[in-house]
Parts: sequence; structure tokens; C-alpha cells
Amino acid sequence: MNKELSKKLSSGHATCAGCGIPAIVRTVLGATDEDVIVSNATGCLEVTTTIYPSTSWKVPYIHSVFGNAAATAAGIDAAQKAISKKNGKKFKPAKIVAFGGDGGTYDIGLQALSGALERGHDFLYVCYDNGGYMNTGGQRSGATPYGANTETVPAGIESFGKTQQRKDLMEIVKAHGIKYLAQANAAYLPDLKRKAQKALNTPGPSFLLVLQPCTQVWKFPTSQYVAVGKLATETNFWPLYEIEDGKYTINNVVKNPKPIEEFLKTQGRFKHLFAEKNKDVVVEIQKVVNENMEKLVKKAQIS
Amino acid sequence: MEKGGIIKHDLNKSPKTGNWRYVRPEVDASKCIGCTTCVLPCPDASIEMRRRSKEEKKISPKLAQEKEIADIDYEYCKGCGVCAQVCPMKAIVMKK
Repeated sequence: MNKELSKKLSSGHATCAGCGIPAIVRTVLGATDEDVIVSNATGCLEVTTTIYPSTSWKVPYIHSVFGNAAATAAGIDAAQKAISKKNGKKFKPAKIVAFGGDGGTYDIGLQALSGALERGHDFLYVCYDNGGYMNTGGQRSGATPYGANTETVPAGIESFGKTQQRKDLMEIVKAHGIKYLAQANAAYLPDLKRKAQKALNTPGPSFLLVLQPCTQVWKFPTSQYVAVGKLATETNFWPLYEIEDGKYTINNVVKNPKPIEEFLKTQGRFKHLFAEKNKDVVVEIQKVVNENMEKLVKKAQIS
Repeated sequence: MEKGGIIKHDLNKSPKTGNWRYVRPEVDASKCIGCTTCVLPCPDASIEMRRRSKEEKKISPKLAQEKEIADIDYEYCKGCGVCAQVCPMKAIVMKK
């Protein structure tokens, strides 16, 4: 067991073989030497690391209910402020990090997140986005990409999978006027670490959206999460960028982006799109990826 | 459980996830250049760099100058194969 990496989240947790979530957690928490308190939404991370009677967490950890990670973090922040008012400079507040999956962030936890961001609590919210409710068998969420085959929108004779586009969470969070938010990828851990350091050093709320390729429901071999994550960025499906004080910076300008098929064909959930009758869906996905990238480049130019 | 519902970390109570493994990653001492690429992405933090043993130095005198080699903790390694996939030298091989 690697001593340095398992300082805050130990080995001996039950995430699926080849899951990227522990690497995300270790990288984010490894970005600071100060004390941290973790608040966690219900999701893959919570159910796999806190199997009674054991816990993999070596830092203070709270899980309350599904949509509540941001509200819990807000409560911790309020408590720390009250203690430091009472004790003065003797009390050194810990950093607060909230982890949530896309179900606990895009869908169920959105109002708690919005409230905590609006009130300006000093915490970092990390959303690991695996595009669905993976620990209950892969139901669709607001983050599931267009055309994906999921348990609740299965592809078949009539349907080609999910018929809606992903929710643009980065813009929703940005609309709260917070100082720092960034989009990162589990396949680019040094980039994630740098962003986590920036976010943790930002006073007030900050937000990280991290792509987490899921071996079980995206349906690829357990060894491939880094490869699939890299393809998501190389095809411009998941550009890496950050927004500081409203200023957009694209961290990886891909000169010759690969066609989106390269990303789609690595995963079983898009297998049906390669049938003759679903050709239009792939064209549509490519069109939307190009449009989103153009919009992002324009935002980076004008800000 | 302690008073207040606090559960403290105890490694002995945690599952030994090494028994999930059906393929076993093995480090080829003649190829590993000690670049540490495999360390961070490992989901189970099972890879640590260590000094080369005398025998390993003999295997490849050229690489002996590189001080370290990847060492895998088979007690927790689930055998997912991410390390073998990211290795730029193909020095980690999954064996049945």
C-alpha cells in the first residue's frame, strides 16, 4: 500500500476494479497539507468506502442524505466560523471538501449546491461525473450524454437511448458568480491536482467537475479508464478549462481533434449507434461537440 | 462503534481486496524505468516505488542507474490492469 497516497483515503475500499473515483479523491485531498473535513453525497464513493463496520476514510467524514453534500459542507463552515468567533485566533479552521456524483450534483443535490454557493460558504465542491446512477445499475441522469443506452432509456427497435443533451452544469455554477471553477478529467491527474490547489486556496466557494469513466456501465474493460478519459478530451467531448473571476482559460488546446467515433466506439453503451439506422445520431453528437467547443473558444477569447 | 456514532478507520476491519484479483500484474525489472506513471492512477494505491534489489540490478545493468522500481501490494491490488495499460515501457504484464 502506498503510504503517501493512502494518507486520507486508505486502500481496502470496495470500488469496482478499475474505477477512477479513488484516484480523483486522493489527488484532490493530496493537494493540501492542511486538515480537511469531507462531506459526501450518496453515490458510488459513499457506498464503497463506508461499508459497516469499516471505513476507508482517515479524515473526518460526514454523509447525511443523497442531495445534501453541499448543505452539510455549508453547516460545517458555519460551525467553524462560530467556533473561531468564540476562540479567536487559537482555532485554525479545516478545509472543507464535498464530494458528489453526477446524480447527487446535477439532479438531486442541485438546490443544496446552489444555496451553498449563493450564501458564499468557504468550501470546495467536487463532482465526479460518470454520467448516471452507476451504483444502482446505471439509470440516466442529467449528465448522461445524448444517445447513451442506459437502464431507464434502453436502446432498441424504437429508441436510440437518451434523447436529451447533457445539462451544462459549469454554466449553471458559473451563474452564481463564484471565484473559481474548473472542468477536469480523471485521466489527467496532474492537471486535476493543480486545479484542486487553486480551488482550495480560493476564499469562498469553488467547484470542480471531473470526468470519471465508469468501467461497469460505460462498458469497457477494467484496465481502460485512463485511455477512455484521454479520448474524451482528445475528441473535445470533455475539454479541460477553468474559469477564474469570469475569465475562461482552455488548458488543452487540441490542434487536430479526433472524430467523436473514436470515443464512442470504446464503450458498450454506444454500441447501438454504429448500426446503419443510427448514423444520424453520431452526426448529431459530433455537431453538438463542435458547437460547444466553438462556444467555449469564443468565451475564452472575449473574457 | 464509539459514542456519537463515530467509526474510526481500522485497516484490519477493511476487506482485503486482493482476493478479487484473477489476473496478476507483474513488474518486469528489465523494462521498468521508474517513471512513476502507474502510481497515481492506481485505484487502490497499491503501487509504491522502491529501491532495486541486487538481483534486479544484475538483470539490467543499464537500468540499474535508475534508482527505483514499481512495487505492487498484492494484498489490496484488485487486478484491474490500469497500471499495465498506462505503462509507457509495457513493463507491467497481467498474468493469469
